Amino acid sequence: MSEILGVPVTVLSGQLLLGVINGAFYALLSLGLAVIFGLLKIINFAHGAMYMLGAMATVVLFDNLGVNYWVALFVAPIMVGALGVLIEYFLLRRIGGQDHIYSLLLTFGVALMIQGILTNIYGVSGLRYSMPDVFKGGMNLGFMFLPYYRAWVIVMALLVCFGTWFMIEKTKLGSYLRAGTEDAQLMQGFGINVPLLISLTYGFGVMLAAFAGVLAAPIYSVTPVMGSHILIVVFAVVVIGGMGSISGAIITGILMGIIEGLTKTFYPQASSAVIFLVMVIVLLIRPSGLFGKEA
Amino acid sequence: MTIMKKLLTSAIASTLMVAGAQAEISNNTVKIGYLADMSGTYRDLAGPNGLAALEMAVADFGGKVKGAKIEVVSSDDRNSPDVSSSTVRRWVENEDVDMVAGLVASSVSIAVSDILEEKGKLGIVSGSAASSITNEHCTPNHIHYVYDTYPLANGTASAIVKEGGKSWFILTADYAFGHSLEADVTKVVEENGGKVVQTLRHPFPTPDFSSFILQAQGSGADVVALANAGADTTNAINTAGEFGLTQSGQTLAALLLFLTDVHALGVDAAQGIQLTTGWYWDMNDETRAWSDRFLEKTGVRPTMVHAGIYSSTIQYLKAIEATDSDEAQTVRKQMMDTPINDMFATNGRIREDGRMVHDMYLAQVKTPAESKDEWDLYKIVRTIPAEEAFRPLSESKCPLVTGN
Repeated sequence: MSEILGVPVTVLSGQLLLGVINGAFYALLSLGLAVIFGLLKIINFAHGAMYMLGAMATVVLFDNLGVNYWVALFVAPIMVGALGVLIEYFLLRRIGGQDHIYSLLLTFGVALMIQGILTNIYGVSGLRYSMPDVFKGGMNLGFMFLPYYRAWVIVMALLVCFGTWFMIEKTKLGSYLRAGTEDAQLMQGFGINVPLLISLTYGFGVMLAAFAGVLAAPIYSVTPVMGSHILIVVFAVVVIGGMGSISGAIITGILMGIIEGLTKTFYPQASSAVIFLVMVIVLLIRPSGLFGKEA
Repeated sequence: MTIMKKLLTSAIASTLMVAGAQAEISNNTVKIGYLADMSGTYRDLAGPNGLAALEMAVADFGGKVKGAKIEVVSSDDRNSPDVSSSTVRRWVENEDVDMVAGLVASSVSIAVSDILEEKGKLGIVSGSAASSITNEHCTPNHIHYVYDTYPLANGTASAIVKEGGKSWFILTADYAFGHSLEADVTKVVEENGGKVVQTLRHPFPTPDFSSFILQAQGSGADVVALANAGADTTNAINTAGEFGLTQSGQTLAALLLFLTDVHALGVDAAQGIQLTTGWYWDMNDETRAWSDRFLEKTGVRPTMVHAGIYSSTIQYLKAIEATDSDEAQTVRKQMMDTPINDMFATNGRIREDGRMVHDMYLAQVKTPAESKDEWDLYKIVRTIPAEEAFRPLSESKCPLVTGN
């Protein structure tokens, strides 16, 4: 059997595939952050909390109302997106035009409050959620056992990422959005409701986080603190990709998943630090990020 | 002469008064400080419900001991030794706290017990796992009540090796608690004729275990042991189920699992897992009766830590009642001299290193068919006798035992 650095190629291919799957999660989460920062210049520290809300909503809707996974896949992100619109309308709008640090602190505070309230109600041990029956089991790829659900995650995440990129970069709606955030007054002059557009954009960004949360619910422990762990990693991904670059966030997300996966094979102790190491190197060499425009 | 006599009598009288005051309860109040993680990773195993257990103990004691009022204060340790140290200093220096209860994260317990030793107060550790708390880090001012890593390794690992699980893959949380558990398990496995083929240290916390589970599958070991806690353990168990680890013939062993973790996993995911516990709510009429009261108060069934907090508080108050004193050494000596057999402990006694040894239990998580309701989770497979469960004093590094 051929080996690379003492690790058999079959094992390595398994780890690479898992890296891509985790990377798809990172891509989905960092995409929402990049949309919100790129278009609204808001540093959304509530993004982890919105991811958590997506997962919690999936479980709570099922436990209390019997809402199944397929419905939750649509309903949970829409609910969280609506909450996002309210947060934008009642809170973020009032500090529009201020320094970035204000939106950072405001969203961080909102995140802590949501997390604290849910911890009081549900505790931190995690809520049970069983996987839909169609996804039980998996296929043997020869080099690893791939659970069906992980395959589904990667397909869904990539579809949503591509769809979002296409909508913002290639459609008319996307061009309004980009123009509205460049020069709001001019766009208002053309009869476009820019404040509404901004609310909807924030709502859409957090919807992406909630969607990732629904995808995570069957495979990770659903707890009120699940978002706080992943938030910092996702921020690092966005910084590496270049703040605000949409395609950068997607590509970097997958790339970081792979790098993390390889680290877990060769030196697991460093796997939680490796993304930050990459971030430091990228910031030193290309301060605007891999895909960012030079400032 | 008369003046001398008067002086002498008053001197004797005042000495007696001081001595008399020492034998009494300070400020005519017994003040207990409850310190635990109230909002983070370790919240559910102790947390606010541990405070409820403590309050139950105080209420059951009648709210008074020898006419002195019992007061309870509490604080969130935020899993930080620094935060905890300043809280405990404030408590003992300014607020006359006599005893600190709860104590969950091992690092917090070690930091707090140093302060208690300096200030001459008492601590009763109920939540922590590290066996070093009564070994290298023992002090004459604290007691470790519920369990530690030694019986966890001893109970679960030796049972599995004896059932034929000879080669082990250990997945360890990369910090002090995980390392200590990994060392204890390795020792037990090797002593019983097994072999550790690989250990893998993962960062704390790790949200995704798929990569590590894949490596565990690739190792070909008979047993995949989890030397971690809380969300890391439940995540690893879920992922192992998803990737079909047990279907391919490997045994999954979780070394530290609380009732709240198993409840979160559910019997579908956790069925068949063997674990060591210091107590289970459904063992006899006495445990069930107390657990029913706890359930009514908190809405959940108690973990071994909740029950231990209740039991240790009752034992503490009884010792004050017997000695008519809340002075730390007097109370600790009385507690050491009294065997403990109550709702929580069987064959319990507190050793000179501060370790409360009592019968421990090897449990197995029920199957969905066996489990009658959401809290009907364990069956007790074996009782591990008190003297066998914990690290013997002959192996102790505690200066109180070795005399160095």
